[in-house]
Amino acid sequence: MEHYISMFVRAVFIENLALSFFLGMCTFLAVSKKVTTAIGLGVAVIVVLGISVPISNLVNTFVLSPGSLHWAGFPDADLSFLRFLTFIGIIAALVQILEMALDKYLPSLYNALGIFLPLITVNCAIFGGVLFMVERDYNFTESIVYGIGSGVGWALAITLLAAVREKLKYADIPDGLRGLGITFISTGLIGLGFMSFSGVSL
Amino acid sequence: MASAKEMKSVLFGPILANNPIALQILGVCSALAVTSKLENTLVMCIALTFVLVLSNVSISIIRNHIPSSVRIIVQMTIIASLVIVVDQLLQAYAYNIAQELSVFVGLIITNCIVMGRAEAFAMKEKPGMALLDGLGNGLGYSVVLLTVAFFRELFGSGSLFGLQIMPLVTEGGWYTPVGLLVLPPSAFFIIGGFIWVLRTFRPEQVEAKE
Repeated sequence: MEHYISMFVRAVFIENLALSFFLGMCTFLAVSKKVTTAIGLGVAVIVVLGISVPISNLVNTFVLSPGSLHWAGFPDADLSFLRFLTFIGIIAALVQILEMALDKYLPSLYNALGIFLPLITVNCAIFGGVLFMVERDYNFTESIVYGIGSGVGWALAITLLAAVREKLKYADIPDGLRGLGITFISTGLIGLGFMSFSGVSL
Repeated sequence: MASAKEMKSVLFGPILANNPIALQILGVCSALAVTSKLENTLVMCIALTFVLVLSNVSISIIRNHIPSSVRIIVQMTIIASLVIVVDQLLQAYAYNIAQELSVFVGLIITNCIVMGRAEAFAMKEKPGMALLDGLGNGLGYSVVLLTVAFFRELFGSGSLFGLQIMPLVTEGGWYTPVGLLVLPPSAFFIIGGFIWVLRTFRPEQVEAKE
C-alpha cells in the first residue's frame, strides 16, 4: 500500500506531467484563462488518463510486448513497433466512447465536460502518460494509480495557472510580455514551486 | 504554380513573423523537455521537420479523397506511421540519443504543430506549397528550440554540443554553472524572454489588452 501512496504523490507533485515534462502544454496554455473552464478540463483529463493508462497497460501486456501473444499461439511475435499507432487508436476510441456514454447517461456532466473531450484526443499529456507507463514497466495496479495520479497533478497545475492568470489581468505588464509571454514565465515559476517537493521521499 | 513571392512568404513566414511556438502556441508540448542539450535538440528538430514535411505532403496529395467526417483519424494514422519510421530509424542508428529522447519521439504524434498544419494548410493547398509550409514551420520550431537549448547548455553546463567552451570550476576552470538552467522550468523563462524580444521588434504581434 505504501508503495502505491508514494507513487501517487510522486505522480502528482514531483513528476508532474505539465510542469516537469511539459506535456499537454498547448491546451494548458490555451484553456487556462478562467478557473472554471480549467477545472472542467482538468477533471476530463483525470477521467481519460485514469481509464486509458490501465487499458493500454492490458493491451501492452497481452498483445504488444515481445512474446506476449503466446496465448494465441504466436510465442515469437513482437508487435512492439505498433505501439504508437495502437495507443493513439485506443485513446481516440476511448474518448469517443466516453463522449457518447456521457451524452446518453449523464447529460449534465456531458454539458460540462463535452466541449473538452475532443480536445483531449490530441492532448500530449494523455499519450505521454501512456508512454511513460510502458517505459517504466508498470503492472496493472500501478498503472491505475499512475494514471489517476498524473491526471490529478495535471488538473492541479492548470487550475493554479488559471487562478494566477485571472489575477494577472489587473497587473501592468510590459507590452511585449502581455498574454503569452507572461503566461510562460508564470508557468515556470509554478514549476519551480513544484520542484520543492522533489526532496520529499515517502 | 504560385508566384515566387507567395512561396517565399509560406516558407519564411513561420520563422519570425508567424512563429508556431511564439505566436500560435502550437507544439510547445513535448519539445521543451529535450532542450537541456543541443545535440538532442538538433535530432528532435530534424525528426519533427521530417515528419511535418512528409505528413503535409502526403495529406495534401490525398486531400480530395478524404471524407471530412473521418479526416482526423486519417491524419492521425499517417502521422503515427511516419513517427514509427523515425523512431525505428533512431533506434537503429542513434541508439543513445533515442534512449535520452525516450518518450518524446513518440510524442511527435500528438505535437499540435503537425496536426495543426495538416488541418489548417495541407487539407486546402497543393502538395508543393504544403511541402514549403511544412519546411517553414519545422524551421520556425527549430529556431525557438535551438535558441533555448543554446542558452541552457552554454550557461547551464558551460558546453556546446558536448564540447567544453567554458571550463567549470569543479574541473579546475573558472566558470560556475547556473544550476537553474539545467532544471526544466528555466525553459519557460527563456521562451518567455524570446517572445518578449520578438514582440519588441515586431510590435504588431503584441496582444491587445483584455
